[in-house]
Amino acid sequence: MNRRLRIGLFLGGAALLAGMLVAAVGDLPGFGHYPGPYGILIEETGVAGTSATDLVTAVNFDYRAFDTMGEEFILFAAVLGVAIVLRRRRGERAEDERGDDHHFPGSSSALGALGLALVGPVFVLGAYVVTHGQITPGGGFQGGVVLAAAALIAFLAGEYVAFKVIAPHAMVEAGEAAGAAGFALVGLGGLIFAGTFFANFIALGTPGSFLSSGTIPISNLAVGIEVAGAFLLLWTEFSDQALVVRSK
Amino acid sequence: MTALQIGALIVVGAGAPLVVLVRDPVRQAFCVGVFGTALALLFFIFQAPDVALSQIVVSTVALPLMILLALAKIREHEEEEEERE
Repeated sequence: MNRRLRIGLFLGGAALLAGMLVAAVGDLPGFGHYPGPYGILIEETGVAGTSATDLVTAVNFDYRAFDTMGEEFILFAAVLGVAIVLRRRRGERAEDERGDDHHFPGSSSALGALGLALVGPVFVLGAYVVTHGQITPGGGFQGGVVLAAAALIAFLAGEYVAFKVIAPHAMVEAGEAAGAAGFALVGLGGLIFAGTFFANFIALGTPGSFLSSGTIPISNLAVGIEVAGAFLLLWTEFSDQALVVRSK
Repeated sequence: MTALQIGALIVVGAGAPLVVLVRDPVRQAFCVGVFGTALALLFFIFQAPDVALSQIVVSTVALPLMILLALAKIREHEEEEEERE
């Protein structure tokens, strides 16, 4: 295929796509005019129905918790896939992680000091976001990634060995699996105690208080642990490949 | 739509092609992080703080780090190939 034909094909396709996009945007409801029934319904009944003042969390972990479980296992399967693809193969050796043999150059003392000063506050922020998902924006997923980032900062501060101590491979793997299983167990609890999978079977409490919204905080905690484990496992696999695994 | 929302849309709309136009992968990893922050701001301005929170961490920490580590691995692999030759 020569250059002129390719450009012609692209221009034709691009013009068609642009035309269809313009037509589609023309048919959209006006900005700020939501036409569906569900958003309005949840806005009116959500707080009374779940006691969660963050209705996004209420939707994710109560109204459509089943979907969220599917999403959680997508993440689980994706990270599992990375771990399998990046496993140590025949013909590869690992350098001694504790020796001076690895290629990690370390970091400047300014970056190291800043990183180590940030580890604690970022960890607290992550724990806050995980546990307050039912009251304020955030929840298990967002907080879980922040928690994982706290351990990652130790790694960026040049403390590769400390990163391995904070987040040992076995613990990260176990955390990921336990979190995923914990969330599924919350759903099973609904089936056992209330007759419906993911039914909210714990007392709802007062909207806006820390211990409220029944199973939602428990789900958030489980998802937080799962997501933190998943991201740490992902980064561990990538950093091991870049820093430790060498071909023989 | 407020001026702030229009401004955020313009920044994101202009930022995306800029990330693609940077051709050096290492620089691109940083640019995608900055672009992700702009996208997070857009979500926040459009009153979606939950999405903005995920966006900040995933696009400024998780994604650039994975790109950088993958690039480091490729570079090391290339050096080994050169040594062999």
